[in-house]
Amino acid sequence: MLVSEQKPLDEILHSLDGENAIFLLGCQGCAEASHTGGEEEVLAMKASLEDAGKTVSGWTVLDFLCQKALVKTGLQAFKAQVLASDSLLVMCCGVGVQATAAVVDKTIHPACNTLSMGGAQGEWRGSERCGECGECLLDYTGGICPITACTKSLINGPCGGARDGRCEHQPEVRPCGWHLIYERLQERGRLDKLREIHMPRDHAKAEPPKALRSTKFWALEQAEE
Amino acid sequence: MKLTELFTDSGFVITSEAGPPKGVDTTRMLEEVDLLLGKVDAFNVTDQQSSVMRLGSLAVSLLLKQRGAEPIFQLTCRDRNRIALQSDLLSAHVLGIENILCLTGDYVSLGDHPDAKPVFDLDSVSLIQAARELCEGHDLAGKELLGKPDLCIGAVVSPGAEPLEPQIFKMENKMRAGAQFFQTQAVYDLDQFAEFMKQIDHLDVPVLGGIILLKSAGMARFMNRNVAGVHVPEHLINSMEQTKDKVATSVEIAAELVKGMRDLCQGVHIMALGWEKWVPNVLEDAGL
Repeated sequence: MLVSEQKPLDEILHSLDGENAIFLLGCQGCAEASHTGGEEEVLAMKASLEDAGKTVSGWTVLDFLCQKALVKTGLQAFKAQVLASDSLLVMCCGVGVQATAAVVDKTIHPACNTLSMGGAQGEWRGSERCGECGECLLDYTGGICPITACTKSLINGPCGGARDGRCEHQPEVRPCGWHLIYERLQERGRLDKLREIHMPRDHAKAEPPKALRSTKFWALEQAEE
Repeated sequence: MKLTELFTDSGFVITSEAGPPKGVDTTRMLEEVDLLLGKVDAFNVTDQQSSVMRLGSLAVSLLLKQRGAEPIFQLTCRDRNRIALQSDLLSAHVLGIENILCLTGDYVSLGDHPDAKPVFDLDSVSLIQAARELCEGHDLAGKELLGKPDLCIGAVVSPGAEPLEPQIFKMENKMRAGAQFFQTQAVYDLDQFAEFMKQIDHLDVPVLGGIILLKSAGMARFMNRNVAGVHVPEHLINSMEQTKDKVATSVEIAAELVKGMRDLCQGVHIMALGWEKWVPNVLEDAGL
């Protein structure tokens, strides 16, 4: 169970700056249970974006965005709408945003901050991908998480320790996360994102209050007790 | 004296390095510093270099100050969170230290305590920002200070990084955060360095080119294999291999680099790694 909360609408609109046609992608897994990316929230987001003057080129809610293959097959039916969009706003945890960014050749924006894994890393299991930092930065980093991809969890660009695109720590198994981010942003024409300075993280968010963890599953357990 | 006061139109700034010992016997380190007193403008005091636990850079910066040398207090983000880093910056000021250098820091696994908890609460950009905000009279939490420090803030850049572009983006961010001068990773290829300087031509900030004295061909090959951003060209390795006098050749190579850098940037940062006694020869041969 990946617990998420929606980012403030202002932050989402800021990330969509300069883009008009947006495709909305929700998730029937944990995001629905967190009330952050089920059908109800996707439709509410559609209304908010349209109020803000955006065009929603299409929307869907898929099962398990954290499963890359499911994202790819699930979006097949919406190919024309996705292609017609400037970007995708993905309403789920950081794993699902990264899975979408990995399989769709479009700019991907996160709509949520991931607060807790609740013991799971989603269905994309090869590696730890979401650091559940509660301040999702995937918008700035091309859909690759700097908290997990960078050994030092740096949020303001690469250190001087990488060689040939590999990390100074265990280079045989670890690519430099910021090298991957640089390549992804270059591919998507968004290198300007590297000019933004990010303030130190709010580590208080690593231990979110109970109220923020109040998903459907959490409520069920409370009822059982 | 702040390093920024030395970057005048005619000045060419020279910094070197003091490496705190593993232990408390500072005799040899201070002897090496004495060899360069009056010959260089300031000394970087490294902070647990290569993640190896040693005597601290703040204490050694003070020892240097007491000896009449100008310290540049290095801080990395590896070992301290934002509370400790900001506190050490305040401490530096009250001890009379005026220059600091902010770095990310090597990962803990590179050193002699690989099982230590890596901190990296701040990164080099946010550490620079913290230092600047302290100098403006408030901390990272926005709380007002009782008396504000006055620090000259330095940072590093790696001109030999591949690709170079993200390094330059980060350099620009460090400047926006408050960096007032830059020291570079060791340079051995002046053409590549000239190209780097061309690419940062739009940035109005002093740069000190890094130079590590080559001690042997083996050391050069080791750095090529293991040190990020350092590339010693084959012809220099050959010179070191074929020479009968390693010191003379090393001094000659370093002096050529210093000469070349005089036309390209605002100073040099010489890392002698135990060969401090030959640094005056390098400077003399370079006409400084």
